[in-house]
Amino acid sequence: MSNKMHVKLTVNGEEVEGLAEPRTLLIHFLRENLKITGPHIGCETSHCGACTVDLNGKSVKSCTVFVAQANGSDITTVEGLVNADGSLGVIQEMFREHHGLQCGFCTPGMITRAHRLLQENPNPTEEEVRFGMAGNLCRCTGYQNIVKAILASAAQLNAVKEAAE
Amino acid sequence: MIPAGFEYHRPADLSSAIGILLEHGDEARVVAGGHSLIPMMKLRMAELAHVIDLQDIGELKGIELGASTVTLGAMVTQHELITHEGLAKAIPVIREAALQIADPQVRYVGTIGGNVANGDPGNDMPGLMQCLDATFTLFGPDGTRDVPARDFYQAAYFTSRSDDEILTRITIPVPAAGTGQAYVKQKRKIGDYATAAAAVLIGNGTASVAMTNLSDTPVYSAEASEALANGDIDGCVAAMLASIDPQEDMRGPIPFKRHVAAVILRRAIDSALSRKS
Repeated sequence: MSNKMHVKLTVNGEEVEGLAEPRTLLIHFLRENLKITGPHIGCETSHCGACTVDLNGKSVKSCTVFVAQANGSDITTVEGLVNADGSLGVIQEMFREHHGLQCGFCTPGMITRAHRLLQENPNPTEEEVRFGMAGNLCRCTGYQNIVKAILASAAQLNAVKEAAE
Repeated sequence: MIPAGFEYHRPADLSSAIGILLEHGDEARVVAGGHSLIPMMKLRMAELAHVIDLQDIGELKGIELGASTVTLGAMVTQHELITHEGLAKAIPVIREAALQIADPQVRYVGTIGGNVANGDPGNDMPGLMQCLDATFTLFGPDGTRDVPARDFYQAAYFTSRSDDEILTRITIPVPAAGTGQAYVKQKRKIGDYATAAAAVLIGNGTASVAMTNLSDTPVYSAEASEALANGDIDGCVAAMLASIDPQEDMRGPIPFKRHVAAVILRRAIDSALSRKS
């Protein structure tokens, strides 16, 4: 029992592998085995969303997934949301500009969730942003500036899309 | 936070999954979305030697829309229930209820089958499935059997599913055209289980009423349903209040819960009536 298993993942576009016990939570595998320490741990009851990553196109709380279940999956973390040249991605830039973070502990989960939300709903209302972000808790901002940052991100991403068409 | 060690299995079909369950008995449990089981394992309230992951089993997936029934694979996620336009047209109350369950991340992975099989009276789908008169299909070593949702729940975390069975599908009769449907839930915040919630169907001379988290099981009341079908809203509420058995907890003392139950049931009835045609 609890023998280590061979785990293969695609993380931020790169194929990675490692050995882990099946019970290892995905968040621990990312942080401890792969040293991808953007996703955080804020609770042990699956509420806070600080560990949110994008897993096969879904926002998932990586504290509530065994690495065994995630084996073979495609994962994006906040580290993978920078531009190709290493500069901040649109959502990251808008969080900065609209002061959508203070301590920064919820921010990787917030941004990763916002990334998926805007893929699914490129023109959200304020209410849809608040509801769509409800799985992510923040102790610092009071959410108002996070909402502004996400609405501003939507506008920017849509402008970029239109310009490309 | 740290679950105990276990051996992990990822069978590709139902028979293999049952085989593993039979081999390991109550040392083994299936994991669907994992968003009730893994939290329990992290708190060491569940310690299992064998975890059987159902994610590769195709037989457990898919939403099938028939003329008179809808069939949901047990591994259909809350997110899939919400985003399926055909389902929203056929039985809109399912989307309405699913949007009141948990939060976006949990809904991407949490499944309808896990929600109804879990046996926690806090789950929302059991009461809704009783209201809709759904049937649960169980697959075990002796084949399949069907159990009405209204007969499935015996006590908290205790259902008529036996340890060597897997809940595979949920079959729901499509309510007649013009039936008003509503799921109304009172909760302290996003992601909380209900202080009280009510599922109501009304139309075409029939009605059905069930409530969530007001007893150690979901509560369907035939008497409340009949009263509502006869247009007797006060009688419906009185019959339901006679059927529930709420317990005091962080969500409030018993008299408060009984008060909230009546308020929420009336709101759900109003909402269902306003949608009836």
